[in-house]
Amino acid sequence: MKPFAFARPGDVAEAVRTVAAEPAAVFLGGGTNLVDLLKLGVARPDRVVDVRRLTSREITDTDDGGLRIGAAVTNSELAADPRVRERWPVLAQALLAGATGQLRNLATVGGNPLQRTRCVYFTDVSTPCNKREPGSGCSAVGGYTRYHAVLGVPAALPDASAPETCIATHPSDMAVALAVLDARVQVLGPGGARTIPFAELHRLPGDDPSRDTVLEHGELVTAIDLPPLPAGARSAYRKVRDRASYAFALVSVAAVVAGGEVRLALGGVAHRPWRATRAEEVLRGGPPTADAVRGAMAAELAAAQPQPGIDGGNGFKIPLVTRTVVATVRDLTSGVPA
Amino acid sequence: MTELLEPRAIGRDMVRRDGEAKVRGTATYAIETPVEDPAYAHPVQATVARGRVTAVDTSAAEALDGVLVVLTPSTAERLASVEDREYAVLQSDEVDFRGQVVALVVAETSEVARQAADAVRITYAEQPHDSTLAVDRDDLYAPEQVNAGHETDTAQGDVAAAMATAHATVEQTYTTAMYHNNPLEPHATTALWDPAADVPLTLWDSTQGVHPSRSAVCGVFGLEEEQVRVVCPFVGGGFGSKGNAHAHVMLATMAARAVPGRPVKLGLTRQQMFTLVGYRTPTIQKLQVAADRTGRLQAIAIDVVEQTSRIKEYAEQTGVPTRMMYASPNRRTTHRLAALDVPVPSWMRAPGECPGMFGPEVALDELADTLGIDPVELRIRNEPGVDPETGKPWSSRNLVQCLREGARRFGWADRPPPLHREGAWLVGTGVASSVYPTMRQATSTAVIRYEDGRYVAEIGAADLGTGAWTVLPQIAADALGVDAEDVEVRIGDTRYPVASVAGGSSGTNTWGSALVVAAREFRTKFGHAPADGDEASGDVDQASTDEDHSAYAFGAQFAEVRVHADTGEIRVPRLYGVFGAGRIINPRTARSQFLGGMTMGLSMALHENSVWDDRIGQVAKHDLAEYHVSVNADVGDMQAHWLDEHDPYVNAMGSKGVGEIGIVGTAAAVVNAVHRATGVRVRDLPVTLDRLLPALP
Amino acid sequence: MRRTGPAPAVGRMCAIWFATPGRGGTCGAMAPDGVHAEISLTVDGEDHRLTVDTRTTLLDALRERLGNASPKKGCDHGQCGACTVLLDGDRALSCLALAVAHDGAEVTTADGLAAGGLHPVQQAFLDRDAFQCGYCTPGQVCSAVGLLEEVRRGWPSHVTEDLTARPELTHDEVAERMSGNLCRCGAYAHIVPAVQQAGGVQA
Repeated sequence: MKPFAFARPGDVAEAVRTVAAEPAAVFLGGGTNLVDLLKLGVARPDRVVDVRRLTSREITDTDDGGLRIGAAVTNSELAADPRVRERWPVLAQALLAGATGQLRNLATVGGNPLQRTRCVYFTDVSTPCNKREPGSGCSAVGGYTRYHAVLGVPAALPDASAPETCIATHPSDMAVALAVLDARVQVLGPGGARTIPFAELHRLPGDDPSRDTVLEHGELVTAIDLPPLPAGARSAYRKVRDRASYAFALVSVAAVVAGGEVRLALGGVAHRPWRATRAEEVLRGGPPTADAVRGAMAAELAAAQPQPGIDGGNGFKIPLVTRTVVATVRDLTSGVPA
Repeated sequence: MTELLEPRAIGRDMVRRDGEAKVRGTATYAIETPVEDPAYAHPVQATVARGRVTAVDTSAAEALDGVLVVLTPSTAERLASVEDREYAVLQSDEVDFRGQVVALVVAETSEVARQAADAVRITYAEQPHDSTLAVDRDDLYAPEQVNAGHETDTAQGDVAAAMATAHATVEQTYTTAMYHNNPLEPHATTALWDPAADVPLTLWDSTQGVHPSRSAVCGVFGLEEEQVRVVCPFVGGGFGSKGNAHAHVMLATMAARAVPGRPVKLGLTRQQMFTLVGYRTPTIQKLQVAADRTGRLQAIAIDVVEQTSRIKEYAEQTGVPTRMMYASPNRRTTHRLAALDVPVPSWMRAPGECPGMFGPEVALDELADTLGIDPVELRIRNEPGVDPETGKPWSSRNLVQCLREGARRFGWADRPPPLHREGAWLVGTGVASSVYPTMRQATSTAVIRYEDGRYVAEIGAADLGTGAWTVLPQIAADALGVDAEDVEVRIGDTRYPVASVAGGSSGTNTWGSALVVAAREFRTKFGHAPADGDEASGDVDQASTDEDHSAYAFGAQFAEVRVHADTGEIRVPRLYGVFGAGRIINPRTARSQFLGGMTMGLSMALHENSVWDDRIGQVAKHDLAEYHVSVNADVGDMQAHWLDEHDPYVNAMGSKGVGEIGIVGTAAAVVNAVHRATGVRVRDLPVTLDRLLPALP
Repeated sequence: MRRTGPAPAVGRMCAIWFATPGRGGTCGAMAPDGVHAEISLTVDGEDHRLTVDTRTTLLDALRERLGNASPKKGCDHGQCGACTVLLDGDRALSCLALAVAHDGAEVTTADGLAAGGLHPVQQAFLDRDAFQCGYCTPGQVCSAVGLLEEVRRGWPSHVTEDLTARPELTHDEVAERMSGNLCRCGAYAHIVPAVQQAGGVQA
């Protein structure tokens, strides 16, 4: 691990100024991902700025019937909040499906959506990776792709040596739920505060896979706003993984059913939490029967690019995510707990 | 025939003597040894799979405050022996596998050591590497023998003819994955070289055998045994990977010799453990099974292809259980190896039997299906009267009783029909047999001394969670005819008499036999009223032996599997094992051993898979987030039971060993249950949900 | 639920002690190759002041600086749970916590839990033989103590069917909540009843 200076400013404004002033400065929240990446040599900051005790650790009711969640609230606290459990079960379930008790006690709401991919090549500095070292190439293409993306990947078979190639997935469970809930991210940056719709926080690799989000250097997540769900809405998070607990998603689904509306977000399938807008569109106006959902998912996945690779590749994600969405919507509409 | 000890302490449920220290965390593991002013060592690993180091630039590393020394192939001491190329660290500029150690940093703190290791710049002349295991390679070869001294190939009768004429046949290829032992305690050594001391080298090493570890170091460094002390009171698991010393023990020694008088701590990272401390080779098993209409085997053959490293041969004895498990007039077993540019494979829990009982036990299930015979019954029908391999009678063989008792406990007779569905889950059950040879090592000595009114037994044995701290006093107590509470046992130090490695489920059999000899010697010499300081020793080779019987432990495992009808997620809510493993010394620690083996077998069935990336020549998964082992939530109602078995031929305790048999057969039982639940026959481990998706409703 | 407000404002720019004299004052003056911090930790009831590298994790501070090897290093990346301690009362992974970021924290290790005799969780682990090699055990013990408190608070888990109800110490609840602690010896079948026993449930 490279040495770094450590700073704990007096308030968030100072924290933002400190990071903004130095290109290789980073914010430290719960540390569960940053410290991991520091040890691996993936993150190599000159300065670490601790904001864990600076941002809010409160969950407050908002005037519109939603919640404002301070960035320092831990994943555990948020999952345990009675309001979240009762009114946004999809969020509580997503939080509880992620990591473990002793990780959720450290992880924060501000940091969790900003965690980096767990791509095995990204975390191994001895292999090329465009996300870690722009322009070095992508080792995942044609490699071990079980946990990699099928959506948001360019139609042409990705070229491992091209600088824009990246088939990593975003690992957060909470982020998938926040995407389906139309959450908003409160951000403070050197230029002031702004609000980002959660679905727009994360980006596709585009021409710069090193950037996971639209945040600019120095911008700090200070809170996440959760809008209310329509009366009578039901929601659920379904995560499918390789062992019964303590594993990242192969695929996951966050679903909200409200009146005639079905909202869907998918995890484990793309570089960002994937709001399935095309499937939602197909389902608009008709009852979400199994056949209808299957058809909607076929539309959503029409552009999917399953990745071949060692150990069988990840083509199984297409039927798996379809089946998981069909089952989740079925359970939400039939009254059976998902 | 041996005179069995009258069991008084043996068979008693006794709490672990080291238990309180372990639940508090005060038991001291190798890296934790409290030493004065330790330095820390961190290896630099090759990033090419084959080639030559052409330049090592240590200037940036050496410029860092706190760096004591950087050892490279050009600055490291020349070793006395480079015959074992796994141990010949920093002796040449050849790179034989990716991850091989090419430099070593020693520094004042662990942080600086690691930073400096990152700062060492290595330049390579890379050569093409070959790390792909395949059955159709044209360079497969037959090793002279396979692990544990078994013959490479055996043949009896005419398998081909039987296959051609039999009523039913199964001919399939089965594969097991590459596995990494991954004990929770990373391999580590604290080393001190003090040239002026009587014993100049002290190693606090995480090892399954202090004496074998010492022998390895003495050979490599040209030291006499009197010059080296190895200490290891506690081992945080090993499962075979700490049975042999690995390169890091030599590196720690080398580092200590580079900074005389300064203790050096070398703890491998979890990532480094994926290349430096051994693994179980992947196996490809071509099975041929032929049977008559009643299910009696006419032929069974297993042709195994597996890998070894180019620099050191290790040949897993995968075909060995097929030689003795079931009766059959025609039989063939072969082993062929590919020598690749890969890290050196080694022991992992039940080498041979564990992978070698996967293919055959699934093939038998396929045969049972073909014939419409219950798979429990099929196994019973093929029970051999004598050992088919040697023709010797069994010392005791209770496989049939294990199958019947397991079936009764499990409710096998009432098992659901194929493709049975309960709510969201498809439910199936499966069975497989377990086996493990009963072994005793040739060398071990115990000393028993009367000291301050109690008996002290000393032997350099190891307790890697197996319970030696607790069961050896039980054995010594019965051999001496005193209460276990009156016996103190001291283990884990080469200051005590030589002991064999804790491996092959032979520890208790071997060390216990030495203790029994020592106790009898003690009583012969000093009677029942010894004086303070009276002492006698006993060697295991003085213990009675039996050459006329084949000795094995047997078992049967029953699995209930549930497969989610929507997603294919696999759960194993019930896993029962019944074992005939001789006399159980301590039911508490033995149960944990059986369950531990079964849990690792479950993990092998569903999760473990060191996916190999042959493009770069290394394991793609290199940590515990990717290399999944079973977690608590993967385990449901898991039970281990055993038969009351009295085997007069194995040793004075009547014990057969319990450390490994639990992992044998588990994966086959799970896979067979998956087939019953879904109709999908998985022949390649692990069974994961993607394999089942096409068959789901 | 327990609500924690923002931590009291730190009255100074940063709680850093500079290894290089003359560079004091602000963190911005710190040399990138000479960063150390003086921190205080209360470990198992005892107060310590120590100087750490800013890179030092809480786990390494305990094991390598304070000589408390009760929390174990199994993976060093938050993937095994062996380093679990109670950090300001809650179970947490000490390998992913930078010591400097937890200046002033109160840490309880498994050894500290036994200060007044074995904790009921530890006794239950002994009673049920819920371990073998012992390396994951202190982390399992701390995790179980934290888990029992979380259940007492009514925190749900991934397997809690009714998110709005109080969870109970069923097999599935305990197994899920203990899944952050890998045990390679495979003692899970004994760990669950041990935790239930400590939680007052007859298993």
